[in-house]
Amino acid sequence: MSLLVTKDLVKWFGDTHAVDHVDFSVKPSEVLALIGSNGAGKTTLVNLISGLIRPDGGRILFRDRDVTHQSVHGRIKAGIARSFQLVNLFDQLTALDNVALTIFSREGKTTHLATFASADSAVWDEASEILRLFGLEAKARMLAGGVSQGERKLLDVAVAYALRPKLLFLDEPTSGVSTREKAPIMDTITSVVRSTGISAAIIEHDMDVVFNYSDRIVAMHQGTILADGTPDEIRRNETVITTLIGTTGAP
Amino acid sequence: MSAPTRVLGQPRAGSSSRALLVAAPIAALLAVVPLVVPPYGAILLAYGLVMAIGALGFNLLLGYTGLLSFGHSAYFGVGAYSVALMVKYLRVGSMELFLLGAIVGSVIVTAVFGIVCVRYTRIFFGILTLALSQVLWSLAFKFFWVTGGTDGLRVPTPSLFGGLVTGAGDKTVFMSHAYYYYVLILFGACVALMWVIVNSPFGMALQAIRDNETRAEFVGVRIWRYRWVAFLVSGVFTGLAGALWVPLNGLTTPDIMHWTFSGELVFMTVLGGFRSFAGPVVGAIVFNYLKTYAVGYTVYWQLVLGVVLVTLVLSLPTGIVGSAEKLLARFQRSRP
Ligand SMILES: Nc1ncnc2c1ncn2[C@@H]1O[C@H](COP(=O)(O)OP(=O)(O)OP(=O)(O)O)[C@@H](O)[C@H]1O
Ligand SMILES: [Mg+2]
Repeated sequence: MSLLVTKDLVKWFGDTHAVDHVDFSVKPSEVLALIGSNGAGKTTLVNLISGLIRPDGGRILFRDRDVTHQSVHGRIKAGIARSFQLVNLFDQLTALDNVALTIFSREGKTTHLATFASADSAVWDEASEILRLFGLEAKARMLAGGVSQGERKLLDVAVAYALRPKLLFLDEPTSGVSTREKAPIMDTITSVVRSTGISAAIIEHDMDVVFNYSDRIVAMHQGTILADGTPDEIRRNETVITTLIGTTGAP
Repeated sequence: MSAPTRVLGQPRAGSSSRALLVAAPIAALLAVVPLVVPPYGAILLAYGLVMAIGALGFNLLLGYTGLLSFGHSAYFGVGAYSVALMVKYLRVGSMELFLLGAIVGSVIVTAVFGIVCVRYTRIFFGILTLALSQVLWSLAFKFFWVTGGTDGLRVPTPSLFGGLVTGAGDKTVFMSHAYYYYVLILFGACVALMWVIVNSPFGMALQAIRDNETRAEFVGVRIWRYRWVAFLVSGVFTGLAGALWVPLNGLTTPDIMHWTFSGELVFMTVLGGFRSFAGPVVGAIVFNYLKTYAVGYTVYWQLVLGVVLVTLVLSLPTGIVGSAEKLLARFQRSRP
């Protein structure tokens, strides 16, 4: 049984077949890595599933329900959350506010305009707890725009996680940070994800990270799925090695 | 070590009590003004407070939602004309009914205008609000048999507090005392209400939309709806200001619907600092004094006012309040 299934999903930008008849799936409680060279269509696939853009064809099923034409809001309610390739945060709000706002939104409390947000201690406690899970408690009062790149990456994930999703899409959570910082970030993310039993689909270029942290790997190339298998299978897959990893990229 | 989540978890708990600490002495000061300054001074300040309500409403969109409206003169005008038309056609004289009428009028107009505008941001939003306000302005201008055209409509002194205080007697005394306090009470109520709104979960959602529209949508905030409600609240505050302004002025003309007045609202807010809650309030009061004195001293008042304002904005890029806050912070840091 799959948590999410796309059937024959298509998105073209003019002549660019960004997503070309893709059948993609995510199982419950798995950490999946989505790999592929630049322009392979990874982000576009996530954009389609999260509702940022509309497909030209095909269907998206989430927990056996057709969400192809559902609004972004509806998909979030159903349990799909995402982060962004270029960090997308509320920069003038503190790190804690970023998470708390998300919880207010999840709880349907952002319609409350005649009560002080500060009065809802349950929300702030949960927000603090989430920051602690991601090792960001020391940055709680700092503006999101002012923390370091690695912390921004984690905060971006923490915000998506605060929606209590069933499926979390992370678009390159370690891009733009130093090689040394990648492992701690992935450790944090995967331990949070695994401890709550949700699924995560992580777009990632670094093959060390991909092989170390994922249960399954899906490789994309020019809008289509090239391979799908366990890290061991992918490591031995000739097509993937020649088209994606090349001779120098593999560890 | 267990993390002190309690301490972390109350980021704004202190800020409301601190705000009260600042607000209380200012309120006391404003309350004694009519007792210590000549009537003209109190009336001038009443104008300033009225503009402050309008600017406060305007800044819910600019400072908190990130939308620059160039059409808030429309809602100020709707408030003012609601009152004038109630006088003309319904022979109403009660200020409370005027306020009610102005709220109803501005809710209707902002609800409709909002539907058109909130799908757009930046320059498109600005241009749309501007265009819509100019439509209202030209209506006020053209339908002279209703609106009095350029002659405008007169509004007599209203009765306050359900008739408890009437405008009989000397108008200057009434305006500088009874009406001043009436404006002051409403000003206080509007400031308190706006303070709650911007510190509510809804207010946080607006700031999230301002900072990052896409991400706001992806944490589940339905941005058009929230912008629309912000637009409504903003317009109603400004409409209320218009309603309070007419009795002071005794007359409303299409001028107040003209885009130049929208520009003044923008200016007041930027002058005071749109990044701080109190910015538009301080900006409106200061602007009101500057404009009054400039008009009083020279026929070239627009030139003088322009130069003064440009100098102020260039030397205080974060506005009067923003700069004051920075100074205060530096002062506090330099102390042990
Ligand atoms: N909005 C758009 N308009 C036009 N073309 C687009 C758009 N978005 C993506 N594309 C094109 O679609 C293709 C797939 O892009 P996509 O961003 O999905 O790749 P990706 O796999 O995420 O790459 P990267 O690893 O560089 O992030 C690319 O050729 C890209 O130029
Ligand atoms: Mg991408």
